[in-house]
Amino acid sequence: MDQYIDIKVRVWRQAGPKAQGHFETYELKHVFQGASFLEMIDILNEQLVAEHKDPVTYDHDCREGICGMCSMYVNGHPHGPDSAITTCQLHMRKFKDGETITVEPWRSRAFPVIKDLMVDRGAYDKIMQAGGFVSVNTGGVPDANAIPIPKPVADEAMDAASCIGCGACAAACKNGSAMLFVAAKVSQLALLPQGKIEAAARAKAMVAKMDELGFGNCTNTGACAAECPKSVSLANIARLNREFLCAKFQD
Amino acid sequence: MWLKDSSIGRKFVMSISGLALVLFLIFHGCMNLAVVFSEDAYNMICHLLGANWYALIGTIGLAFLVLVHFCYAIYLTIQNRAARGNDRYAVTGKKEGVDWASENMLVLGFCVLGFLVLHLYNFWFKMQFAEITGIETGAFDPQNGAAYVKALFTEPVWGQIYCALYLIWLAALWLHLNHGVWSALHTLGWNNLVWMKRIKVIGCIIASLAIAPFAIVVLYYLGMGIAML
Amino acid sequence: MATKKEDIKEAAVKAAKKVAVKAAKAAVEAAEVVVEKAAKAMKEAATPVITPEMAKIPEGPLELKWTNYKNHQKLVNPANKRRLDVIVVGTGLAGASAAASLAEMGFNVLNFCIQDSPRRAHSIAAQGGINAAKNYQNDGDSVYRLYYDTIKGGDYRAREANVYRLAEVSNNIIDQCVAQGVPFAREYGGLLDNRSFGGAQVSRTFYAKGQTGQQLLLGAYSALSRQIGKGKVKMYTRYEMLDIVLIPDENGEKRARGIIARNLVTGRIERFFAHAVVVGSGGYGNTFFLSTNAMASNGSAAMQMYRHGALFANPCYAQIHPTCIPKHGDFQSKLTLMSESLRNDGRIWVPKKLEDAKRLQAGEIKGRDIPEEDRDYYLERRYPAFGNLVPRDVASRAAKERCDKGYGVNNTGLAVFLDFSEAIQRLGKDVVAQKYGNLFQMYEKIVDENPYENPMMIFPAIHYTMANFSDHGANRLGASALMQGLADGYFVLPYTIQNYLSDQIGVPRMSTDLPEFAEAEKAVQDKIDKLMAIQGKRSVDSIHKELGLIMWDFVGMGRTAEGLKEGIKKIDAIKKEFWTNVYIPGTADHLNNELEKALRLADFIEIGRLMAVDALHREESCGGHFREEYQTPEGEALRQDDKFSYVGCWKYMGEDQEPQLIKEPLDYEFTERKTRNYKS
Repeated sequence: MDQYIDIKVRVWRQAGPKAQGHFETYELKHVFQGASFLEMIDILNEQLVAEHKDPVTYDHDCREGICGMCSMYVNGHPHGPDSAITTCQLHMRKFKDGETITVEPWRSRAFPVIKDLMVDRGAYDKIMQAGGFVSVNTGGVPDANAIPIPKPVADEAMDAASCIGCGACAAACKNGSAMLFVAAKVSQLALLPQGKIEAAARAKAMVAKMDELGFGNCTNTGACAAECPKSVSLANIARLNREFLCAKFQD
Repeated sequence: MWLKDSSIGRKFVMSISGLALVLFLIFHGCMNLAVVFSEDAYNMICHLLGANWYALIGTIGLAFLVLVHFCYAIYLTIQNRAARGNDRYAVTGKKEGVDWASENMLVLGFCVLGFLVLHLYNFWFKMQFAEITGIETGAFDPQNGAAYVKALFTEPVWGQIYCALYLIWLAALWLHLNHGVWSALHTLGWNNLVWMKRIKVIGCIIASLAIAPFAIVVLYYLGMGIAML
Repeated sequence: MATKKEDIKEAAVKAAKKVAVKAAKAAVEAAEVVVEKAAKAMKEAATPVITPEMAKIPEGPLELKWTNYKNHQKLVNPANKRRLDVIVVGTGLAGASAAASLAEMGFNVLNFCIQDSPRRAHSIAAQGGINAAKNYQNDGDSVYRLYYDTIKGGDYRAREANVYRLAEVSNNIIDQCVAQGVPFAREYGGLLDNRSFGGAQVSRTFYAKGQTGQQLLLGAYSALSRQIGKGKVKMYTRYEMLDIVLIPDENGEKRARGIIARNLVTGRIERFFAHAVVVGSGGYGNTFFLSTNAMASNGSAAMQMYRHGALFANPCYAQIHPTCIPKHGDFQSKLTLMSESLRNDGRIWVPKKLEDAKRLQAGEIKGRDIPEEDRDYYLERRYPAFGNLVPRDVASRAAKERCDKGYGVNNTGLAVFLDFSEAIQRLGKDVVAQKYGNLFQMYEKIVDENPYENPMMIFPAIHYTMANFSDHGANRLGASALMQGLADGYFVLPYTIQNYLSDQIGVPRMSTDLPEFAEAEKAVQDKIDKLMAIQGKRSVDSIHKELGLIMWDFVGMGRTAEGLKEGIKKIDAIKKEFWTNVYIPGTADHLNNELEKALRLADFIEIGRLMAVDALHREESCGGHFREEYQTPEGEALRQDDKFSYVGCWKYMGEDQEPQLIKEPLDYEFTERKTRNYKS
């Protein structure tokens, strides 16, 4: 049963991309456990605003776990200590009375901090722009049922496609690797006949862009999949490796 | 060159060199196992792999593989640390389903390497190297390796310490391989949703197969040494 | 004649918006904000009425109107397209698909979004599916049937020609998305699967698990990414449009030539020029503070166009979604919607006995403790033919009716049960889990109760605003918002914008140093300075919450003339409170979330008032607008077709001035109006 709890929140504060960051600890009294984690941060911010202090800047939008905007590293876990959810779906019932909660931004060279807990994930967009698409223009496409696709294949593509681009994979990875993100998109499109045509070029282009942007090298620790809010499977990384190596050996 | 410039290329090199070393380990371990059954057989194998040209080429190849594997590991690790950025996490939680070994492959690698130096000094230097160069290491007759192994491992106290050190080494190596083998297969693209669990089991079996012969030999002499005390 | 003017008038009439980003259609078209022209035409007319000619509805029979338009519209040749710039505001289904399609055609596109990436627009949150008249299931579907269902579902308050066009292009959308690699659900034979949705009698809804909106948006985002990679689209993320810039052309007609936007990271106000501006900025359900919309969804872009002469049509139509997770506290920031598909197998009920309801509210018993004979399945009782699958507005009102009578089932008394126990018995837990598992999990994470064991609790919440000539009329059926967003972005705007730009090919790129840009920027800067200078006592959110409560109480599900008048007074008071007592920390020349929220709230207050004014004038009940004075004895909505069969368009008359009503009659030429009946 949800209770009211008193907590301390230890938040990373950083004025700007170049500024030196530090932790700041705030006390919050009488927080209802039915509140979401972001609602708790809202309460904290209301408190800070009332004290004429600078509220904590953080990314958030849909608050239903699908937009991929929220991005907090809570008590050592991207999106906090619960599985298969985003920060906005984390609830205060996961925390105990008197607990000190540490909140950090994603830490990755490719995701520089903009302010406090807000980071710049433009790198993921750049990877997508390098090849995360099927090259078709609007109009002039065949009928949707022209090419049958086996259900298991379509389902596997859907599971890969459920990635929300939040960046938790790179944030969780001790190597700062973005392989799960790239693999999810490469997998989805390599599985489907519509995407297969460009599969080799896509894998090469997206991996090259990922490397260029300063992400680390995957060592298959599996932390990305373990922390992925959408449970995207590590198997996608094997498919990416396969697609990439085949493409390189064909050159 | 994509084997150096692309992340998957670098991982490919690690996988191939790693898997080749695993194959060598299995081969090496099986040879060692012979000593348990017949010292003569063991000496014969030692003779076959002594100062022959193919053994020399093999040795140079192995050294090259180790060097590549080591250099790439250092290179990858430097890059990976840089990828985290300037500030590191203040709190890092335990992630479910993530092997400790998988996050500490470099540490395990260094453990393996450290013992490897000891091992090379103890055996390779005094066996193959001595035979090639003909220098006098003063230890034993290069033609009777079995006797030397037995002497080293069963010598009171020091022999048992050696055995213990070797067992620690083998444990580190097993952890390294338990992640390394399936990870290498995964990096080569030999994995999918269905095979994910199987590949990990296969990796574990191969790691165990590679380590078991060594461990059996060490335990065999450990037992013998304790009995002789 | 039926050509280039269509855009103009449509634009004038539609201040684009879509709700929850889902229905950006109106948004898109509205964007061709050549607003002044239409406004001028209207001023000259003796009575403020918009005729079909002014509306540029093409001639001919219904099924040929769009074809005729396309056959006779003016085009822009490829070399000239390269010389033309188009600003697209928003990256939802409509914005992203429009930006990508325009860039593919050769235009230079400047695309803006408020989030850190175009992939985050709130279209992504749509769960259920997208309709199309493919008739893959051989169950008698057709373009006409989709058209008819949409018109009827919208309570006959949408334009016939627009809706028919929407139904016509619906099939192209599915083809396009499949070609992009959208992983729609498939049958074992490999062909696309369909389901029946929102009470439709045919299975015409395509879906991708419970994440259809996400997959469609990612499809559009991938097409957009491709054009960004090619350099045809310049993407501006974390930018918020704060004003539109109108510049007169050689005929003295004001044309939208650019926008003023604030870089949300640096706080800098920047100017952007383009030959045309397209706005697909999403819905303004957040006027209610609590809604199913994303936190950043707002109505400011629409209000800027309204202030510059675009007419704001039908602001009172606001859809309330029946299956949301009930509110649980004052700190709550948003309401979470669960897919309507739950009503396919779930049964909605409240206790028959008031004392049971009281004990539920006190937390003494749980839903499962109440025996079958003491449960009132009120939708099945009232609407035997449609049962739990009645349209959203009907289901929402019925829930409110029960709760108003005291039968609500949670601690606030504002919830009803959605029960799967019968479905679990009939289909087995595994089948239910397979179909709805992700929704059940979401419910359990939020409410901390297992929906397999105890019935879920739901309550209606503001979901979707249907203003501005959305093709949904007064009410939107399930799975049609995604259809409209993509229809407009992929297949309507790329045509109409060529028609609009065909005489602009000689217009050179203009300098953003022009006085119009300078003035617009100064106005924005003055507004920000004014807000920052207030330094009052109240946080932005505290005022916003107060506005939300007023909206819900007085402009919500059951409206009355008296209540609306009271609401308008209260909104005016809120406006005063906001402009004298808000406190915004920090400075305007840095990243400042509180300032962003304040700018949006300033517009929400105006929208809220406009909604109330429109709701007060529309003395009938239809779709997303229910006036308690106008209901049948059984409590059903009562339309007044003789008096209110028109689009109520509002013209901005100046700050603190009452807006002027302009009507566009909806003379149904092709369709017979019927009363919606879900009883038999």
